[in-house]
Amino acid sequence: MSLALRGLRRSFGPAQALRDIALEVKGGEFVALLGPSGSGKTTLLRILAGLDFPDQGEVRIDDQDMAQVPARHRRIGFVFQHYALFRHMTVFENVAFGLRVRPRSSRPHEAEIAARVRRLLERMQIAELERRLPEQISGGQRQRVALARALAIEPRLLLLDEPFGALDAEVRKGLRHWLRALHVELNLTSLFVTHDQDEAMELADRVAVMQAGRIVQFDTPARILDQPANGFVAGFIGQAQRFAGRLTPQELVFDGIPLAPLPRHRLLGEAAAPGAGQGPAEAFIRAHEWRATPGPGNAVLTSARPAGGRVQAVFALGDSLVEAELPPGLLEPGEPCQLDPLTARVFLAEAPFAAP
Amino acid sequence: MRQRSLPGFGVSLGVTLVWLVGLVLVPLLALLLRPWELGPLGVWKSLAEPRVLAALRLSFLGALAASAAMLPLGLLVAWVLVRYRFPGRRLLDGVVDLPFALPTAVAGLALTALYAPNGWLGAPLDALGLKVAYTPLGVGLAMAFVGLPFVVRTVEPVLRDLPLEAEEAAATLGASRPQVVWRVVLPALAPALLAGFAMASARAIGEYGSVIFIAGNMPMVSEIAPLLIVVRLEQFDYAGAAAVGLAMLALSFLLLLGLNLATRFWRRA
Repeated sequence: MSLALRGLRRSFGPAQALRDIALEVKGGEFVALLGPSGSGKTTLLRILAGLDFPDQGEVRIDDQDMAQVPARHRRIGFVFQHYALFRHMTVFENVAFGLRVRPRSSRPHEAEIAARVRRLLERMQIAELERRLPEQISGGQRQRVALARALAIEPRLLLLDEPFGALDAEVRKGLRHWLRALHVELNLTSLFVTHDQDEAMELADRVAVMQAGRIVQFDTPARILDQPANGFVAGFIGQAQRFAGRLTPQELVFDGIPLAPLPRHRLLGEAAAPGAGQGPAEAFIRAHEWRATPGPGNAVLTSARPAGGRVQAVFALGDSLVEAELPPGLLEPGEPCQLDPLTARVFLAEAPFAAP
Repeated sequence: MRQRSLPGFGVSLGVTLVWLVGLVLVPLLALLLRPWELGPLGVWKSLAEPRVLAALRLSFLGALAASAAMLPLGLLVAWVLVRYRFPGRRLLDGVVDLPFALPTAVAGLALTALYAPNGWLGAPLDALGLKVAYTPLGVGLAMAFVGLPFVVRTVEPVLRDLPLEAEEAAATLGASRPQVVWRVVLPALAPALLAGFAMASARAIGEYGSVIFIAGNMPMVSEIAPLLIVVRLEQFDYAGAAAVGLAMLALSFLLLLGLNLATRFWRRA
């Protein structure tokens, strides 16, 4: 299985949901589409499934153009955010649906259908629910039924729209690991949509970060964390705080906040390289990239809460609040200190996306 | 008695019972008792007249047939109203309710004028050898006319709540459009369709004003049971009229009970 998207565009009236999307997914990969709501993730997923159609561009699966292939012939499993189970059918019938609607020539025998449905339900650990109606089972169980139903057609690609969106935090954590294991065990190729970066980073082999209808970075979680492609990704991933500043040939000077300039060799990102340019820039600093020195200085600790061996601290720095991680016992709330960034990811300010 | 969290139970139950008894039960009781002045044998004789049997048959079979014919049409109208956006949709939405709102006699006169042998539609149909007015067909037509809004208005809200996603899911699972409609949409609508059918039938059975003009009221052919009641009342045969009423009440009750049970069965299956 291979999936390739080229030059996909889709607008709804004046709103451009997708602008020039390109993406290649290899067989066996688990890919996350990550982005804030309205960034076009779900539209992209629906186009892949054949439930929506691009204005321009092409979708190729196994090197076959999908433009003329209707949803029902694509063999793509789709798990809807709210599951979209058939309410008048039992769990068993829901899962059997994709087999029963096959043309007579390729439809398995009744016994074969029953065996396959039971095998799937067992794999999903919900074998005992086969006679229940969707309204009689819990959200997490519905999720598994929806997954079993999509897998029953042996899809070459599995699409999941916010697979954990409608579940509470407890169930969500458990299902994540389970889904990852299932993906590996069944040798699936999967694409899922999420707005939760932890979910994307934890589950996916590669993450496509979407912003306003574009894929701004498509990479492994580690590289996205280490080398964000632009300010948007740096700000969206890894709980970094954004500061405005200016790059000079020697250093980064912060605007409107009492922080000492950072020399270029301490900076991260392409813009930090010597001679990479200068001018207005934005800098992203993560909570663990600070050093606090007790004593009179530029900041005051306003609050602190323990978090796994470290302390999550909030400092008043000039007019702004800064979040930083500290070793425990270093400062008490109300104490002044000198707060310095150890490093920062910098991006030269770019013109906002021009409409194509 | 234990304290209830919602006050006013005693008062509201009392008022409800008084209204229900005064408005519904007492008249029904009168209807139940009145015919027996004739004695059991008299009631039997009064109902076993061929003219009475023919009228009851026309009323019930006509109502069932008309409502059944309105099921696909009502479903189609509801579908168009819910699923499509087009200019004039609100107008169509309003037109659906006209048979509700129109005085029944007006509807009857309009239908008769239209379908009479010299009417706009009646003349060409007559030329084709199809007589509508003054035949059982005309009776069914008038019954269908008053029944349509019941089907549309019961199906519409259920159809609106039916998530489009279920149909999309079916498509991704390989179902063709007819399979989606047959296996996903119709089963979800079945209880509503049955309820609409029951209400349309109930209305059609009792329909008087819009039917009698187009029916022509020929005994044994196009005379409906409600008209027979009026005929007997005009002959001061009150007990005989009540006997026909009693028969209609019993048959309607059985019909609705049966449909109710069917709906419940459907929901459970």
